[in-house]
Amino acid sequence: MDKKFLYYILKRAVLAVITIFLVITITFFIMNFIPGGPFMSEKSVKPETLAALNAKFGLDKPLHEQYFNYLKGAVKLDFGPSMKMDGRMVTDVIMEGFATSAKMGLIAAAGALTLGLIFGSLAAVYHNKLIDRIIMVMSTAFVAMPSFIVATLLLWLLCVETKIFPANGQSAGGLVLPIVSLMLYPMAYTIRLTRSSMLDVLGQDYIRTARAKGVAPSKVLFKHALKNAVTPVITYAGPMIAFILTGSLVVEKIFAVPGLGKYFVSSIINRDYTMIMGTTIFLAIIVVVMMLLSDILYKLFDPRVDLS
Amino acid sequence: MSNNSMPKKNPLSFQLDLSKWEKASAAEKEQQIVERESVTFFKDGMRRLWKNKVAITCAFLLIFIIVAVIVIPMVYPYTYSQQLGVAQKGQVPDSSYNGLKPMEYGATEQARIAAGEKIFPHLLGTDDLGRDYFIRVVYGTRISLSVGLFASIIVLIIGTLYGSISGYFGGKIDLIMMRIVDIIYSLPDMLMVILFSVVFQQTLAPLIEGTFFEKLGTGMISIFLVFALLYWVSMARLIRGQILSIKQQEFILTAKALGAKPARIIRKHLLPNCISVMVISTALQIPNAIFTESFLSFLGLGVSIPMPSLGSLASENLSYIYSDVYRLLVPALTICVIVLSLNLFGDGLRDAFDPKQKK
Repeated sequence: MDKKFLYYILKRAVLAVITIFLVITITFFIMNFIPGGPFMSEKSVKPETLAALNAKFGLDKPLHEQYFNYLKGAVKLDFGPSMKMDGRMVTDVIMEGFATSAKMGLIAAAGALTLGLIFGSLAAVYHNKLIDRIIMVMSTAFVAMPSFIVATLLLWLLCVETKIFPANGQSAGGLVLPIVSLMLYPMAYTIRLTRSSMLDVLGQDYIRTARAKGVAPSKVLFKHALKNAVTPVITYAGPMIAFILTGSLVVEKIFAVPGLGKYFVSSIINRDYTMIMGTTIFLAIIVVVMMLLSDILYKLFDPRVDLS
Repeated sequence: MSNNSMPKKNPLSFQLDLSKWEKASAAEKEQQIVERESVTFFKDGMRRLWKNKVAITCAFLLIFIIVAVIVIPMVYPYTYSQQLGVAQKGQVPDSSYNGLKPMEYGATEQARIAAGEKIFPHLLGTDDLGRDYFIRVVYGTRISLSVGLFASIIVLIIGTLYGSISGYFGGKIDLIMMRIVDIIYSLPDMLMVILFSVVFQQTLAPLIEGTFFEKLGTGMISIFLVFALLYWVSMARLIRGQILSIKQQEFILTAKALGAKPARIIRKHLLPNCISVMVISTALQIPNAIFTESFLSFLGLGVSIPMPSLGSLASENLSYIYSDVYRLLVPALTICVIVLSLNLFGDGLRDAFDPKQKK
């Protein structure tokens, strides 16, 4: 398996690099499509000022030169200066915001996976019983709710009506609700995945054998069944991170969390082009890397998977 | 030869002696016919779907919503963009109409009621600009639903064309086409959607000036463009997979042997066999599209003002969470109900028409 496995990783890694390269290229050229350049919105810009601004951001050079410069910078995660936040580098702003977003995202992802696995297994073990029904109804409902709606509903219920949590995401307690609203959709999805794969596994012969041998029910569940049922959940980990990252764009806006999403949304509103490009590329890199990791982990967990 | 005449029988033979048997009468023959009509694939699926109570309830709910959003704007006395405080153009708006609570009336309306006139109430009050909020929600639902439907149809058309060509021709063409799909598939879609929407909103405006598209607004067109550019890939993969498996069957070989052209084989033989897959995944694509549209509208990249959509209504009224929370809850819950019932109905369709796909 080793040689084949290495080849597989290599192939996937190459695809990932191509994807990132494409994202950078697409982002660069389509942002350049916008007529008039980024300083058109300021109405009374003198021609000299405009020329100075263009020179400052390197916009006076030919397009292909700009592109190669941008590409060179992007490799080092240097996305140039922000166009609207005076004197700040895009990378610094991203890193500052990302610290909060990553913390929130990781907690949400870990919570979604853990709770999803627990509830999913519970639903499978109590198949067609009341517990199963309740869990399935809840997860179906959560799958239908976009994260910004979950966020607004939670904000209304728990902050405005009952005042249990602070509505402001700047304190630690205020991060609870953003995390919960990011978590619910991936959790519901994980529940459904775990339940169906667990049902599949629990019906197999080796589980019956284990039970017949007199292995304790909890041990059958955790040691024998869960190990095999977990593989589809791993493939979901990559898309889940992507979902949480994009979801956090709006959730952070709603709860006023000073994270990457807040900067991203405000850069869209302010038309801060370098900021939009930098954030898009940065998030895309994270998503692509996560997808790659989850693919490799999937293969490690389940050697039966065909690599061709 | 009469039935009873038998060749001379060897006493050791096991051959039946027909003279000992009696012929069945016409009535007896009738009894033997199993009383069941042959069931077509469609009928069979509908029967299974009909048994699925949840899916049927959702279907009726959806039909109700669709009829409501078509009929209500026709009979409702106010329109979605009409500022009730402005009686005539150029007049200073009557601010008593702005931000009315449900069932309240503006100043001139109260005067008319006092004079004995009957005035249709503002079921959900009005918004900041004095526009009737109920009709805005209805109109927003209509727009969200149609965006979902049209975006899914675009996805269906492009995905089907691409997938069937790739699947039918196979070989090098398939390899190249599927590599392209792989790459588009691995792009982080939401980020690309946001990026494309930002750019399209800026670039499209001069292009569509004076045409029919101007009425739709750049926001909505950019949503459609984004779907046309990015979201067809999973449909293309699905169709290709189907085509690949159907292609192996004998009736395709027969059609080829009879000299049918590829386009005809794809159109007449391959695609009709994919219809259930196509319908099901389109049904499941619609809530996805509504989801995306509301997300973009929430970010301020969706439909253009004064047109409402459920996402933009929720976003506009986020600040009313402390005072008039119904303004936020109504569009938010409407999105939930629509997406949930579309999801459940789509699942029901899948279980009924394509049991193999059942998860």
